[in-house]
Amino acid sequence: MQRVAVVRFPGSNRDLDAVRAAERVGSEAYFVWHRDSDLQQADVVILPGGFSYGDYLRSGAIARFSPIMGAIQRHAAEGGAVIGICNGFQILCEAGLLPGALVRNARLSFVAKPVDLQVERTSTVFTNAFSSGDRVRVPVAHGDGRFVADAATLDRIEAEDCVVVRYLASGPGVEPNPNGSERNIAGICNAAGNVVGLMPHPENAVHPLQDSQTGQGFFDSMAAWQPLTARH
Amino acid sequence: MSFRVHVRVMPRAGLLDPQGQAVEHALGALGFAGAGTVRVGRAIELIVSAASRDEAEARARQMCDRLLANPVTEDYSVEIED
Repeated sequence: MQRVAVVRFPGSNRDLDAVRAAERVGSEAYFVWHRDSDLQQADVVILPGGFSYGDYLRSGAIARFSPIMGAIQRHAAEGGAVIGICNGFQILCEAGLLPGALVRNARLSFVAKPVDLQVERTSTVFTNAFSSGDRVRVPVAHGDGRFVADAATLDRIEAEDCVVVRYLASGPGVEPNPNGSERNIAGICNAAGNVVGLMPHPENAVHPLQDSQTGQGFFDSMAAWQPLTARH
Repeated sequence: MSFRVHVRVMPRAGLLDPQGQAVEHALGALGFAGAGTVRVGRAIELIVSAASRDEAEARARQMCDRLLANPVTEDYSVEIED
């Protein structure tokens, strides 16, 4: 059984949703406090959504120096799986575990709505149950979701097939991009595919009471992921 | 010695600054004709203990590089008060 550590920062708010979504695919999920330094033999680390440290200074800027981040850096370097969702994605970028940055939405408003996504890279911890080109509908809820990087970095991300999901127009004439992200990027990964960051919230699209259930595939992928090294 | 340090962090030139645009539109709506190219950044003040002015500036720059500014999206300037 896979051990999934969900890191709680002061201001996390999708932490329990992440635990529940992981439990639904049979994982043993538990919370880890940001001041801890031990991931307790985790196979997968989830940095959940929320507003760590109130988004003070910049989203994720203070959380990235939490004591647990050292353990997460080592876990990722050893091939362990790390998933950052929304604020978690912002923290991974601030920590340099993923390239680029997430800044204020282009039209200034906080965006909370379902979005359509196209899955591009499937050889990652979070998307291996999909086929490339699959379409999913998952909610976003963010004020700082505009993915930016310089042109050379964006070209490298694309050349290394590190775009995991892209925003997709829900119909003809519909603007696909809820926040002005460069190249409609909604999620990226590192070259190895063991570190993934997503702005949308798949943990909020797994249950019949929610708008869609196509977020399930991300957790099915996580459950199917084979760690590169045995950890326990 | 202690030095009062003023750090100014601005969105990198060329990066869309929606806050600056919104403020620019608001200024226009208030009748302030000719106010353009508004950018919104952040000012941070702190007291730095150091042996010299140069050391204070060097330490403030390290703080900017590590925490106060994001090198992907922001530029900063450091000023030491006399």
